[in-house]
Amino acid sequence: MLRIQFISTVKLGFKSLLLHKLRSVLTMLGIIFGVCSVIAMLAIGEGASYEAQERIKKLGSNNVLINSLKPAAEAAQSGASMRSFQIDYGLTYKDGARLQSTIPGVRRVLPMRIIRESVRFSRNEVPCQVIGTLPFYPEVTRVDLLRGRFLCQMDEIWQNNVCVITAGLSRRLFPYQDPLLHAVKVGEFYYRVVGIIQETSAADQRPQTSQMEGEPLDNNVYIPLSTSRVRFGEVLIRRSAGSFQAEKVELHRIIVQMENLAAVETADPQIKTVLDRFHDQNDYEVIVPLELLRAAEETKRTFNIVLGSIAAISLLVGGIGIMNIMLATVTERTREIGVRRALGAKKRDIVTQFLVETVVLSVGGGLVGVLVGVVTPVVVTHLTKMPTIVTPWSVLLAFGISGAVGIVFGLYPARAAANLDPIEALRHE
Amino acid sequence: MIRTVGLEKTYVLSAENIVRALRGVDLEITQGSYVAIMGPSGSGKSTILNLLGCLDRPSAGQYFLGDQDVSRMDDDALSEVRGRRIGFIFQSYNLIAQLTVLENIQVPLFYQGRNLAHTHEHCLELANLVGLGDRLDHRPNQLSGGQQQRVAIARSLVNDPLIILADEPTGNLDSRTGAEVLDLIDHLNQSGKTIILVTHGDEVASRAHRVIHMKDGLIDRQIVNRAAPVAA
Repeated sequence: MLRIQFISTVKLGFKSLLLHKLRSVLTMLGIIFGVCSVIAMLAIGEGASYEAQERIKKLGSNNVLINSLKPAAEAAQSGASMRSFQIDYGLTYKDGARLQSTIPGVRRVLPMRIIRESVRFSRNEVPCQVIGTLPFYPEVTRVDLLRGRFLCQMDEIWQNNVCVITAGLSRRLFPYQDPLLHAVKVGEFYYRVVGIIQETSAADQRPQTSQMEGEPLDNNVYIPLSTSRVRFGEVLIRRSAGSFQAEKVELHRIIVQMENLAAVETADPQIKTVLDRFHDQNDYEVIVPLELLRAAEETKRTFNIVLGSIAAISLLVGGIGIMNIMLATVTERTREIGVRRALGAKKRDIVTQFLVETVVLSVGGGLVGVLVGVVTPVVVTHLTKMPTIVTPWSVLLAFGISGAVGIVFGLYPARAAANLDPIEALRHE
Repeated sequence: MIRTVGLEKTYVLSAENIVRALRGVDLEITQGSYVAIMGPSGSGKSTILNLLGCLDRPSAGQYFLGDQDVSRMDDDALSEVRGRRIGFIFQSYNLIAQLTVLENIQVPLFYQGRNLAHTHEHCLELANLVGLGDRLDHRPNQLSGGQQQRVAIARSLVNDPLIILADEPTGNLDSRTGAEVLDLIDHLNQSGKTIILVTHGDEVASRAHRVIHMKDGLIDRQIVNRAAPVAA
């Protein structure tokens, strides 16, 4: 019985709203824009932070990265006064061993030598990062082995001239040939290609550490660490017009893989304490992806709050618009209210009637708003190439708020209508 | 069936401006009678109609409708009484603009929580009774004044009320359609409905069994045109 009455009330609400189509649509616009902006803004915020987070996550949240840095003061000095000066800096093999033995919770320490060199095959030449590393590299960072194998322990022991290349490089060097049947030339030596990997780790794509600006970043050649040490030596010489510069760097990067997240939390200061004893100059940096991730999440939250509150304000304005129109409607329909009261409508019947009208307005606006709000991010992505993610909770949130706005802002006009004196209302012109 | 004892209504507009619209009205109306209330404006005839229609509560005195004392009921109970026992006919018809003829007739039933689908037959009969059986889907603004008033009459009948209160039902109609409407009301009375009608017109009042003249919040005099039928 109640259900039937409720359905009739909803029908009645629709009828009353259809009586003033333009007015109802204009009123709904406020809610439509409100809901749409909530969804769209949260989607854009979510999309922006998602990218950053994915990039950081790929570094491995259990890992701590330590990069060798060229000390700034030394660099200036060498350029100005000493034309041939050998700079000795960076991480050493001993650092790796020390970290392995002193820091609690370390699972693995992965040393890496990263050398810029051109890699050639036949007439193709591609500037690359030649990375000397150990066979367990794939277990520390995330790479997918596409073909062949990764470096193995025997390569390391025998200092084999073998290499694993990234898929991008493979495409550039071997447009027609099968890379696994050939060798590439790095510097003076040939290295047999034993495997092709897909780099899912974005460790080398971080702009701060990239020394190869403006070049494709997916050009990596992996060779055994021992081979790298023997073939390239410890002193890297960079010649430029009229001068040359030598750098003695043992390791360019150490990736410390920790046992668990708890160990990562405490690792940063411990690593610094250990390394500071043996480094007079500030020639390394410690990057904790987990902290970056936290910071990114923090940023995202702030971002969401800012965007969300802007959108919420527009919903609020929409709600006020509804209230305004409903108050006008109540005044306009005073006579009808009086008639209904005379014909047996109780106060709560009148409240229900007007509340249903506002809720129909706001929920109707909410539904349209959800539609527009889901489409908008798609359009934004299409036009600006900005990633957007519409999360279900943002849709629910926006829709829920629109319903709540209807009830909250409808209550006052509805009560105003119900509290009219029926005699006064009947007399109203 | 209707009995008022010392019915008073006082409007306190401000501390020194108190209007005593009714000053103790004793009235008795039997079932099936047709009563007209007349009087100059400000005489309290509208006030008494509002009280009889349970739209307002008296400041003092008692009002018995059927077997109930409705003078001390709360707002919801009064709504209930209006919905079940009283039919209203207004001077300006007061149909609801966005509803069709049929839906307008159904409005009182809606607030009784009745399933409107079940009452469809009943409403059709009433529409036929007032001669609008072929215009069920029309809106009030598509009808003439006389037709609108007839819809209002059908609406006042739909909940099978004890009394029908008519506030100058012919006030907005020309004399011919007014006469038609009054004929209809006569017809209702003959079929047993109790009618209380407020009017300015003597010839309208002449149709009633009894005419009550109000003056300064009191019953001035009563004229019995003809005997009311004895209540069954």
